Parts: sequence; C-alpha cells; structure tokens
Amino acid sequence: MRLASFGTAVDSTKPLNFTFDGMACQGLAGDTVASALLAAGVRVVGRSFKYHRPRGIWGHGSEEPNAIFDVSCGIDREPNARGTTTQLSEGLRVRSVNASPNASRDTYGLFDAFARFIPAGFYYKTFMWPDWQRFEPRIRAMAGLGCIDKVWSPKSFSRQVNSTCDVLVVGAGRSGLAAASRAAKDGKSVMIVDEGIEPGGTLLYRSRLIEGVSASDWLCETLIELERRDVRMLSRATAYGVYDHNLVCVSELKGGFAPPDLWRIRTSEIVIATGAIERPLVFPNNDRPGVMSAASALFYLRRYGVRVGERVVIASNNDSTGEIANAFRDAEAKVIEVAAVKDVKGRHGIEAVIDSEGRSIAADALLVSGGFTPTVHLYCQNKGRLRWSESHAAFLPGKPVEGMRVVGSAAGDFGWTVSAAWAAKPGKTRAWIDFQNDVTLKDLAQAARENYRSVEHVKRYTTLGMATDQGKTSNLNGLVAMAALTGRSIAETGTTTYRPPYTPTSLMAFTGVRHGELFNPVRRLALEPEHRAAGAVFREYGGWLRPAAYGSDIQAEALRARETVGIFDGSPLGKIDVIGPDAGALLDFNSYGTISTLRPGRLRYGFMLQETGIVYDDGVIARVDEYRFVVSCSSSHVQGVYQRLEEWRQDQFDPSRVYIHNATPRWATLTVTGPRSRQLLKELDLGLDIGLAELPHMAFVLGSFEGGPARVARVSFSGDLSFEVSVPLSKAVLLFHAMRRASTPLGGILLGLEAMMILRAEKGYIVIGKDTDGLTMPHDLGHTGPRDKRTDEFVGRRALFTDWAMGRDRRQLVGLAVAEGEAALPTGSHGIERVNGKLRSVGYVTSSYFSPTLRRPIALGLIERGAARQGDTVKFQYLGREREATIVAPCFIDPEGTRLHV
Amino acid sequence: MQLISCPFCGLRDETEFRFGAEAGKRRGTASSSAEEWANYLYFQGNPKGQTREIWVHLACGEFFMLERDSMTHEIHQSYCIRKEDQK
Ligand SMILES: [Zn+2]
Repeated sequence: MRLASFGTAVDSTKPLNFTFDGMACQGLAGDTVASALLAAGVRVVGRSFKYHRPRGIWGHGSEEPNAIFDVSCGIDREPNARGTTTQLSEGLRVRSVNASPNASRDTYGLFDAFARFIPAGFYYKTFMWPDWQRFEPRIRAMAGLGCIDKVWSPKSFSRQVNSTCDVLVVGAGRSGLAAASRAAKDGKSVMIVDEGIEPGGTLLYRSRLIEGVSASDWLCETLIELERRDVRMLSRATAYGVYDHNLVCVSELKGGFAPPDLWRIRTSEIVIATGAIERPLVFPNNDRPGVMSAASALFYLRRYGVRVGERVVIASNNDSTGEIANAFRDAEAKVIEVAAVKDVKGRHGIEAVIDSEGRSIAADALLVSGGFTPTVHLYCQNKGRLRWSESHAAFLPGKPVEGMRVVGSAAGDFGWTVSAAWAAKPGKTRAWIDFQNDVTLKDLAQAARENYRSVEHVKRYTTLGMATDQGKTSNLNGLVAMAALTGRSIAETGTTTYRPPYTPTSLMAFTGVRHGELFNPVRRLALEPEHRAAGAVFREYGGWLRPAAYGSDIQAEALRARETVGIFDGSPLGKIDVIGPDAGALLDFNSYGTISTLRPGRLRYGFMLQETGIVYDDGVIARVDEYRFVVSCSSSHVQGVYQRLEEWRQDQFDPSRVYIHNATPRWATLTVTGPRSRQLLKELDLGLDIGLAELPHMAFVLGSFEGGPARVARVSFSGDLSFEVSVPLSKAVLLFHAMRRASTPLGGILLGLEAMMILRAEKGYIVIGKDTDGLTMPHDLGHTGPRDKRTDEFVGRRALFTDWAMGRDRRQLVGLAVAEGEAALPTGSHGIERVNGKLRSVGYVTSSYFSPTLRRPIALGLIERGAARQGDTVKFQYLGREREATIVAPCFIDPEGTRLHV
Repeated sequence: MQLISCPFCGLRDETEFRFGAEAGKRRGTASSSAEEWANYLYFQGNPKGQTREIWVHLACGEFFMLERDSMTHEIHQSYCIRKEDQK
C-alpha cells in the first residue's frame, strides 16, 4: 500500500500504467518494477526454479533472488530483468517467469508436494539412463527462467568507453562518498560508480547523524562538493569485474531497453565501498511471499512511500531493526518484534508467524535481518583473501591487496552489532537457504551425508549459489550450515571462488559494435567495386573478400582461361621487402631453398619450414638488386611470414644490416594467364625496356604504368603462360580497365578464385594447408634437394633428419585418377586398408575437381608411400561408401611444361 | 588485461604483445642430438613465479626482455636485448 506521504524517489504527480501478468496496474514516475508491484499489493511475483513455490520480493537491489521478470514494451523485450533494478515506464508489460499461466496460479505448483522425490542431485541420479537427452526437453520446459527473444532487433548497440583516473570508488554510499571527497581534496582525479538509481546507498533511507548533520543533508552537501571538484559519477553502473593491473570493468545501465554501456577504467587505486547485503534468517517456510529483508522494507517505505504490511512482525539477530520498527509504527502499522521464528502460515502470502514459544501472531509481513554479508567480490577477484570474524558473523577482507582499499560496511564497519544464532539441524518442514535455486537446509544435510565436503563440490551438487543472483543472499547461510553439518569451523569450511561478473551482464555490453560485418571484418580489394560491376560473386578467403567467380559457370571460366586469357586479381599475395647487405643471408636462413644465389631480375619458388620441419608456406621470391628482395608469400600467411622474418632478423642477424618491410597493402596485382596473355600485355603501355618475348619464365622486369612504377613478373600458378602485373593501389582501377579493354578482342574473361583453383590442381600445384597438413615435410612433396645438398643452417633443418621425418610410411603427395565415367572423389575421403580385419587410414583426398580441360575428374591426395606406388589401386571411403582410385603422378596436364613457354 | 612496458613505446595493453621465448634458450642446430632438438622445440621451463622472457611488441616489432611474475602477473621490468639500443 502507498502512503499519502509518498517517498523521496517518486513523483506523485506522474502516474505510469503497466501490466503484471496481464493485470492492469498503476505506479509512479521514479518507481522500480518492484516498488510499483508492492504498492499495487502484488505479493506473488513469480515461482521458484525447481519446486514452483510462490515467491515474493525479498530485497531492493541487484541481490534480489525472486523478482525476476520478462519485461517488454512494444517490440522491445528484456528477459530475466530484476524487478528491483528495472525502472518502471509507461506501458511496460511485466510477466513473471517460470509460471504458467501466471504467478499466482501455476500449473506446476503441485511439484512442491512431491519435493521429497526431487532431492539434491536428483537430476544427476535419475536421468542417467538411457540418456539425458531423452528427458532434457521436458525438464527444460518446466524449469528455467525466461525465454530468448527470437525476433531480436536491437535499435542501438553498447558504447564501449575506455577511461582512466587516479582513484576509482565503487559504491556511492557514505564510505564511498567520504573516500571520494578526501581523494578529490588531495588533488586526485576521481570517478565513482554506483549501482543505485541515485547515489547515496543507505543514506537514502536510513536516518543517522554524520559529522553532526543528518544523513540527507550530509549527502546533499557531499554531492555538491564532489561535483564542484569534477568528480565523475556513474549511477546504475555496476563494477562487475576487476582484472589485471587495476582494470575495472563497469556495465552502466541505460534508460528503457537500450543496452548497457561498457566502461573499462584503468586506475591507480580502487576503493571498494560496496556495502553489505542483508541475509535471510533460516527457519521453516522462510521463503513465503511476505517474508522480506527488513532493510529493504525500510527502503520501500522511505523511498517510495510503500508500506509492505500493516501487521508487521520483525525478526532480527542484530540492532539494525530498531529504527525499522519505529518507522513502521510511525506509518501506523502494528509491529511486533520476536526473538526467533518457528514457522510461517499462509501459502500465497503470510497470514501468521509462529514465534519460538509456539505462539501464532497474525501478520501480513515478516521483516527479517539475519546479519550482513560484506560485498567483497571485487576484493576477492583481485586475489584478496577473506578471514572469518565471529563478532561480525561475516567473512571480512584480510590482508590488503596492492592498489585496492576496502572501506565501510564492505570491510565490516556495519555500525550494527550482530549476534548470530545459526540455524539448527533440518526439521520436518523445509527451511530455505537459496531462494532462487531452491536449495534447502535438508539438501545440504543430504550432501553432507553423501560425504560432500568441499564447498565448491557442495555448490555444484546442490546448485547452492549457482543461480543468476550467484548466492548473494544465500552463500553464507549455506556454508555456515555446511560447517555445522560436517563438524568443522566456518573458517575451515571456507567460501567458494568469486568470479566476474558480479551481476548478470548483458552480452550486448561485451559485443559493443563488434557484430555483423564488424564481428570479423574482412579485408577488401581496391578493385572490389570493379569486380562487383563485372558480376563477381564474393567469398572470404583467408580474411580477404575476393571474387570466387564471375557468374555461375566456373568450369567454363576455367576452360576459357586455358584457351584464351583470364584476368585474375592476385592483390592479396604477399609483397614483403627484405633489404640490406644481409638480406640474402636472412632469406637463406628463413627458407628451405637457397635464395642468395638468385640473380637480380629472377624469381625462385620455394618453401618456408617451421622449426619442426613442417611446411609453413610456399611462395616466390624476387631479387630486385644486390641488396633487395621481395617475398611473395600466400595471401593468408603475410602477417605470419613478416613476423617470422622479423623474429629471425632480430634473433640471428645484425638488425642494422637487414630490414623488413611489409608492402603488401600498397600494391595491387593483376595476373593474366593463358596462351594469349602476352598478346594482352602488349596492348598496355608498361614502359618496359625489353620486349615481353625476351622475358624468360621465372623472371621479372620493372617498368612504369600511368606515371607510377610497375613490376611485371613472368610466373604461373595455372600452368599456362602467365604474367603478374603489380602497380600501386592508386593505379589499380586504370590497370584493370586497360586489361579488360585489351582482353575483349582476344576472347578473354575475368577469372575467379574457384576457377583458378581448378587450373592449379590440373597442373598439380599445391595450396599449403589444403594439400599439406601439420605433418607434411618438403620431401613429402617431392622437394628433397635442399635437405640433401645444403650444408648451412636453416629453419627446420634438424627436424628433417629425425627418425620420424625419414620414416618409410610417410604420407606423400600423389595424383588420384578414377575410372571412366565416375564422379569426382569427395575431398576429405580417406584411403583405407584392412589390417587384421581392422580398417585404417592410409591418407586422404586433399583437392578434387572435375577438370574442364581433360573432361574427367582429377584429385590430389596425401597417401602413405604414395610416391613409390604409382599405378596402385587404393580403396577410398566416404560416408560409409567405398570407391577405388588409382595413384598417378600429381600433374594431370602438360607435365613437360610446354604451355608455360608458348 | 595486463599492462606491459615496451622499452621503446612504454605501457601498452597485453593484446599488442606476443610471447617470443624463455630467456636463455638456445636454438638447436643440425648437430644437435635428438634430445637437444626435442628440448629446444617442445620443452619449456614454465616457472611459477619470477620469469625472464623474450616478448615482442607487435606495434613496433621490437623483441625485448621482460621480467615478470607468472603467479601475480606483476611486471618487474623490461629492457632492450641489444647493447647498442640500450644507450
Ligand atoms: Zn614498442
């Protein structure tokens, strides 16, 4: 019921309409969903997770275990919103979770009657046979909170803000504000983050004198003072995690359904002023709607003018409730204070409280205070160790952690005296420890009987503290009970580990702008618009968005390139400059083949190995002059090759004598391939000193194009006569159009990557990582020269001479042919053989295509002892089906290489 | 998120760095025994507590020595490996 005096948080002139489980209700501007429901007299706000017990609002902050709702407005939806931290707005639809049709009439409510058949570990023990999957869907439908919004369509995304300050204060209660004020006066830059809707913490509803003035006056003056000193204050902002080197992450809730902002704040000192959370008392039926945190009841009374009952019983183990009793008496409620509670009557709301003498006291609210649990999560996340204090009945921060200070109630400075009497052994009627996950004292007793000792194990077995509230109200009562049940001290029993986040945090906060295209940004070609205009279908290859094909007929595309000329965008190919007097020596060390013997103007193909001897990459290296080389590695290995060159440069060489520069992003490369490629290039003005006919295979020449430099290399990945023309990015469009103009009369086409893959496979040219795997060494690919002849040191050399590297049964690159009229082998098919009746793999198909040139399927594979087994038939298996293929040389067209020299 | 000090660039987020090797580790050669080579490739000291390691700052590309505590994540110091850079 709302009192005529209203409260300090609401605006009585601004009513807001909302619905709860379809029922029309009215609240006020400033209300939370919880305060509005209490004002509207709603007692049952939801059903418990396991037993579907009716539950009411317990607290008033992020510790709330019961008041979890699905809230929506128009198409906006927020599942599992805590009613205590969700602000009311006009037209809000609030639905209870885990209840159907609604919170007060729930069809699964009868579960509670069968509770003794659903003890701790019930699911683990019961649904093992024949398998959990059979039972899971039905159990999921009955248990669990909220549902996923399947038409998720966010209007905005989280902002992510990086910030720094000298002192970050977490919590804007009395101690936090005092600490912030002191630090600001010392000239430090200070930030305060606070979970509350308004700063003040308990000052907002407790009446105390501070430095001789009332709490509200002190708060008002301090806030003005802090603002004057430029102290930044974030409200509704939860510091949910502390990470290495004093990085604090904060989720700041925004209005309405906007996702929270994420703050990453790096600070020299963290002041933990997070206060303490009031604990329930453990007695039979202590989860009934109407049983509530005493401090929260005062909060609702003073802040929202909501009196949660008119016949109020207060049970407490400390002296914090005297003020609450008086406040309720002032609000004309009948108040009875009792020493202890034996039981509670009333299923959907309290009707009577049975006190320790067995007297029945008619009541509609039972306010309890079972002591205070300091909020030490951030201290513990920062490797702080707690110590048990009997006099506080709480775990308190122990030794200080560097760069962090814990103050106020969080450090045990409650201002109240607690004399805890812990719950006795479980009786006949269940007493709740964890409201949200439905864990009772009986469940803990059972876990103890089954010899669970470690609190971490008890937590997982009984699910104590594993709900979305992470046991903020229940953990201590649970472990105290466990200590008693196992005959150990509370200190010996210890706490579970505190991990971020402190409260459930929207995944939107972590995502920020990294969604859709920005989730994993692709690298784009300078010529993308030109390719699109030409009808290219794009696909991602090694992080680059590249034309896969121009149209739907890849076979025709490949065939045209064999017959006339194709233009292929090879811009992502690496172009790493290695410069200096020791450039040749570095490349020798880095490469499998010797590079320093290359003559200027020439190209050499070769491998780079890992130190394990495994092939890392292949590529073509060009020598520009005595001191300058260009390494053209695979497009997806550019960063890796650059980094390993840099590493060896600094580790094995004099860095002043060799320098590495990754020029890949600055150049565009267009490849022309096919018998008419030379004719095409003749139409372009490339400013070459020599005629193209005089440029030998595996050589290059420098020229100019449209006023910029150009590099023309005669090198082939298709098996046909082929030239790579590289120009600065700024000339790419001009080069593209010039090539297209020249190619049309020659019958040329644009060539996508898929058709290029067919051409190279016909020729038996490999792709590293496709036709090789993590076991492939260069000699498995037929390249034995450097291993046998080089006498100098190079990366991976020693590994080529291990027993394993020189073993007989290595998988080697082969070609695979199928019988006339058969379809292509599926890539990934395993070659099989039977040894003593058992199947084993002898290798697999790495590349497989229908060859448009040969009009039959071709395939490459890695097969045991393949090089020596040409002509052998191997059985292949794919999805249970067996087929045969014949091992052939890994080159299907033009083994003599005449097409390279037309 | 740790803050690591690059001797050339100052304090930066750990995402800008990559581990290189444990300090003092010698590269094997063609004349290494099988054991020596396997040690070089696969075996790390992985000390708990004080460590000396080579790291690289990917932003500037420089390899440097980093002394840190693998338990507490405390960074003690970092410095250049080569004399001429130490000035
Ligand atoms: Zn740096």
